[in-house]
Amino acid sequence: MANLDGKMLRVVSGLSLHAERGRITALLGANGAGKTTTLECAQGLQKRTGGRISLLGEDPDTADAGLRARVGVMLQDGGLPPSARPLPLLRHIAGMYRNPLPIDPLVQRLGIDTFSRTSIRRLSGGQKQRLALAAALIGNPEVLFLDEPSAGLDPQSRQIVFDLVGELRDAGMGIILTTHLMDDAERLADYVYIIDAGRNVTEGTVSELLRYKTAAGEGINERALYFEAAPRLDFTGVLRSAVTVSETRAGSYTVSGSLEPGDLAALAACWAERGIMPSSMRLEARSLEDVFLDISGRDLR
Amino acid sequence: MSGLVNGLATSGAGKQSPRLPSSILRRIVLQGKYETLAMVRNGEQLILAVILPLLALFGLTVTPFLDGLGSSRIDVATPGILALCAMSTAFTGQGIATGFDRRYGVLRFLSTTPLGRTGLILGKVLAVLAVLVLQVIVVGGAAVALGWQPRADGWLPGLTLLVLGAAAFTSLGLLVAGTVRPEATLAITNLLWILLGALGGIVLPAERLPIPAQNIVHYLPSGALGQALRDAFLHGAVAWTSTFILLAWTVVASLAAIRWFKWN
Repeated sequence: MANLDGKMLRVVSGLSLHAERGRITALLGANGAGKTTTLECAQGLQKRTGGRISLLGEDPDTADAGLRARVGVMLQDGGLPPSARPLPLLRHIAGMYRNPLPIDPLVQRLGIDTFSRTSIRRLSGGQKQRLALAAALIGNPEVLFLDEPSAGLDPQSRQIVFDLVGELRDAGMGIILTTHLMDDAERLADYVYIIDAGRNVTEGTVSELLRYKTAAGEGINERALYFEAAPRLDFTGVLRSAVTVSETRAGSYTVSGSLEPGDLAALAACWAERGIMPSSMRLEARSLEDVFLDISGRDLR
Repeated sequence: MSGLVNGLATSGAGKQSPRLPSSILRRIVLQGKYETLAMVRNGEQLILAVILPLLALFGLTVTPFLDGLGSSRIDVATPGILALCAMSTAFTGQGIATGFDRRYGVLRFLSTTPLGRTGLILGKVLAVLAVLVLQVIVVGGAAVALGWQPRADGWLPGLTLLVLGAAAFTSLGLLVAGTVRPEATLAITNLLWILLGALGGIVLPAERLPIPAQNIVHYLPSGALGQALRDAFLHGAVAWTSTFILLAWTVVASLAAIRWFKWN
């Protein structure tokens, strides 16, 4: 996976990924899709049975301390000893690096200073995640692996973590994260690999994925209009053939297709002409969740 | 607030300040120190490592179990108690700590840092040795206060074999910790500590045990270490057979641990 030198690498089966410096690369997939396995192979935690992985130009299976010093890892389960206290633990890990980050700014930035002497077993899920991120960052890595970074994060912790991760990317760090949350990928990732059953299904920037076209060549709309009105209304012939109106539940309508401004105007004109006043309406961008559903026919969760 | 990211940016993303590990010696010493403090601060570990051996020592000086085996009860008891200390720390203590570290993913996380798997194991070995030194000082000091008079020429072979025994028990402890669930590690290492402590020839010499047990006990790491330390401190002799038995246990258990230890 993290071939930051530009070569391809393959993990799990038929999986080919590539991550770069200064970019957040997300592995998006349902639980059990192979995200963690992929990451652990790239971190040298699991020996792979085949394929090729290049991490900063080296094979993670034979990683020495020199390579490990350039790579930060935040595991899904944190990997922090429950009886330890945050600050002494961070100091201890910092000692493994010749030029670690100064601890105080890192601890303040992640809000760890408010619980720096509480034993880890008494911390909340969000506090543990922030500490695990600090532990992964203490060596000032060139490559950062984050396995489900927002698991257990309260909204406030999430904001803190996401802001920092974005800034680290801007400072040139190569960041690879896994998530099963669309929202994470949409908010954070520069490039997304959608993974299903151990292989990559599709990839692209978030905006590219949102314009995803199915194999049949059928263009999928970027937006959908939802509105509620009286049941069993017939909108046949009101809109262009590229746009369809369907009644998903009695009185609930979905307008989908390649929506254009003219389509909205035509629909509104029809409502005015026939005296229809929708009780509610909303226009929504297509989400990555829809893309995943289109591709795999399955829900992510 | 922005200091963190500024610090990163000015470091030139890897060009001006290369990301280097600290020296291997420093990493191992740091890990050893960290694990030593964790063991010393753990109440249950302290009971196992110091309190129970001290109680056993006092117990053996006021009961007649060891009468007739040496010049005084304390002289016969102390070498066995030092062997018991090695089993407490290296087998039960380190085994349980490692088992739970494995459960919580601590082993996996630390193996992604420059410390690595080798550094982690060597750090644990160092911690066992450090705690053993403390035990020899405390328990040995208590024994001297109770009248222990070890042979001067027993110290070199005695301490050497104590370290070898600790190596054998560390390998065995890591083997258990790396292959079964931590709850099972807890049960197995505590149960074996009690069984081997009472009947394994470590505190009570083989000749004080029932006849069927005597033949087996010599080949157990507990019996071999107890025998080796008694020969050293009571007679200034090196028990070569026991030494080879301990060596064999160390080699076999280490190879088995390397082969079967699961990191996650």
